[in-house]
Amino acid sequence: MAKKPVTFTLNGSDRAAFAEEGLNLLEFLRRGIGDLSPKYGCGQGACGACTVIIDGETHLACLTMADAVHGRKVETASGLANGKVHPLQEAFMEYFAAQCGYCTPGMLMSAKVLLDRNPSPTRADVIEAISGNLCRCTGYEPIIDAILATANMRARA
Amino acid sequence: MRVESYGTLAEAARAMGPDAVFMAGGTLVMRDVNAGTAASRIVRSADPALREIRASGDGFSLGAGVTMAQILAHRDLAFLAPVARAVGGPQVRNMATIGGNIFAHHPYGDFAVALLALGSRVVQAGQGGARSLDDVLRERGRSGGSSAIIAAIEAPRPRDPRAFGFLKVSRIKPKGVSVMSLAAHLPLEGGRIRGARVAFGAMGPAPLRSAAVERVLEGQRLDATTIARAAQLAGDGLDPPTDALASAWYRREVAGAHLKRLLEKMERG
Repeated sequence: MAKKPVTFTLNGSDRAAFAEEGLNLLEFLRRGIGDLSPKYGCGQGACGACTVIIDGETHLACLTMADAVHGRKVETASGLANGKVHPLQEAFMEYFAAQCGYCTPGMLMSAKVLLDRNPSPTRADVIEAISGNLCRCTGYEPIIDAILATANMRARA
Repeated sequence: MRVESYGTLAEAARAMGPDAVFMAGGTLVMRDVNAGTAASRIVRSADPALREIRASGDGFSLGAGVTMAQILAHRDLAFLAPVARAVGGPQVRNMATIGGNIFAHHPYGDFAVALLALGSRVVQAGQGGARSLDDVLRERGRSGGSSAIIAAIEAPRPRDPRAFGFLKVSRIKPKGVSVMSLAAHLPLEGGRIRGARVAFGAMGPAPLRSAAVERVLEGQRLDATTIARAAQLAGDGLDPPTDALASAWYRREVAGAHLKRLLEKMERG
């Protein structure tokens, strides 16, 4: 299978790697780049575990061809902590918002885009924002609380 | 599997064939790629025309690559926002396209239901003129796909946004898939319905119109009597599937109740 060079920005750093034709972005990030934070869940776009941010919008990495990010900015959960953990990560810990933790990286990406666009979301806004992310531990309430707490904390700061 | 990318839609259209599938947002085709069941050639195009939205006073044209998120962000298409919002979660709405929705198999394809009720026409790449969406969906229902590429969808804009209504019935909110979806365009002339179009999703092999319901509504005032008569005929001519969400029997039984809810909502305005 032919390989294509893909040059993009990952969490603020320039990256370049070859991607096999038809390879999805999730496999490319995990195996090609070594960023293991986006998770493989369903491979069908149903669970949101592979959610990454491309040019400021959440996308499902498993349904994105790797070469589609050529020249674009990709953010993953591994880029959230910058010297210290991100306020969302802090709140997820404080509110016990991770049980098995498998959905957490995707949840964090959806929450980040929500708060970047809407610093004071309602509970309904949060539910809508994470509606594409499944938590099979069904721990939605603490996740919603953690995202709202992050917004409140930022508003006070 | 080979992935081919073309600068223009015309080139992509020429490259299509029975062994090829066109990929836009990827939410349908990439599932097959991941499962190893995709066509042997994947055709893509970065033609900017695919992402164009043109809204004018009495109609609008959507490039087939326009995403649900683009519809939501477009202030002139506010009447379609509830439809776009009913599709998937935020990630899917950032990726899923209008053109793809026309080929989305059960239980997906809610946006196509709305486009069908609006009386949309489909512009195919590399072909002159436009075909009615009714024909495109009927053909899809029979053959399962198409080797033509949709370039754009054109639809008239309801003169009164209250003449258009949409309802998606799902067990999980938000982001549940459809038990069924319903859309109605009921323009009024002198208080009476002229040119009724009522479409159902998840009630047949592809979104389809209910001729029986449209006949009952045509020429009438949208009142309790008309709504009751329409609701009685809601299941006529539909061919609902049985799946994990609902049986065909259940879908047919409740179609009238959901049509009644939609029409009552439209009656209230």
